[in-house]
Amino acid sequence: MNMDIRASGKKTYQSVLQVIPQILGILLLVSLLLTVIPPEWYGIIFSGRPIADPIAGAAMGSVAAGNPVTSYVIGGELLNTGISLTAVTAFIIAWVTVGVIQLPVEMNILGKRFAIARNICGFIFAILIAILTEVTLSLLGGIL
Amino acid sequence: MKQEEGAKKEKGNGKKENNSRFPVIFLGVVVGIYCIVAMMDTTIAIRALETFGGILRQIIPVLILVFVLMFVIDLLIKPKTIAKHLGSKSGLTGWFIAIIAGIIATGPVYVWYSMLADFREKGMRTALAGVFLYMRSVKLPFMPVMIYYFGGLYTAVLTIYLIVFSVVVGLVCEAAVGKEEIPTSMDKKPEKMP
Repeated sequence: MNMDIRASGKKTYQSVLQVIPQILGILLLVSLLLTVIPPEWYGIIFSGRPIADPIAGAAMGSVAAGNPVTSYVIGGELLNTGISLTAVTAFIIAWVTVGVIQLPVEMNILGKRFAIARNICGFIFAILIAILTEVTLSLLGGIL
Repeated sequence: MKQEEGAKKEKGNGKKENNSRFPVIFLGVVVGIYCIVAMMDTTIAIRALETFGGILRQIIPVLILVFVLMFVIDLLIKPKTIAKHLGSKSGLTGWFIAIIAGIIATGPVYVWYSMLADFREKGMRTALAGVFLYMRSVKLPFMPVMIYYFGGLYTAVLTIYLIVFSVVVGLVCEAAVGKEEIPTSMDKKPEKMP
């Protein structure tokens, strides 16, 4: 048991060492972007259209890669700038479920059809789930 | 000798240690960008750092909770043991385990590709591999961050939808694969990970 605690402690410590610089870097970048880019610029990509916004969000999430927590931080800050919840939701789902950058590796190891089907599904469902989540939340009375 | 070195890098749960220097290099590049911005316009850099300080103060308690959860989950749950129960005849239990295993699986997604390919060669149902990869979108240790930004109801609703749709993704992947052969270790080209 002591060995397990030590091993888990060591692994968590290594994860912390990996995660902390990424989060600090992302927060610094997000802070800089929030300062430099006026909120109205986001309107060029996210114009409040119910279908186009989640598609744009999913596209952004698909080409991004990294720890899921990073997408929550970016998504949360984007939400604070007034971008729709549907777009942000599609973004954070696609961030993890679609991997354009890893696609060649996934095709090589798990097979072309599997990798392509999984990533296409991930993209489409990111949009669909984002819309369903927003509809469900509005039925249930909003974000708690 | 090379095999021994490779084994040393392999963890007990079959995952390779992720000691990439990318995070530090990434942070260094961002700090470099700040230096360039500060040289061009000090006011913008200071305002950005103030925004950064504000966000960081809010997020620190959440991050501490995240790291505690990561430790507890790693201590109590061994992914390799769970992954062994994803066979083609596992039935409903297999779906359930694939969902749970995907949720608790940590690290970058590509570290799991090789393990899933091995399991598929040994009879793992293709749909369960799809479910496993899709369920990596739900991360228990990071839930506090999601709740902090989006709220508890949002997190619950999204998690339920992700679980439901993971089954659909699995079935679609299985149908798409059909009789496509899984690339064996002989077929796999060594590629650089992103």
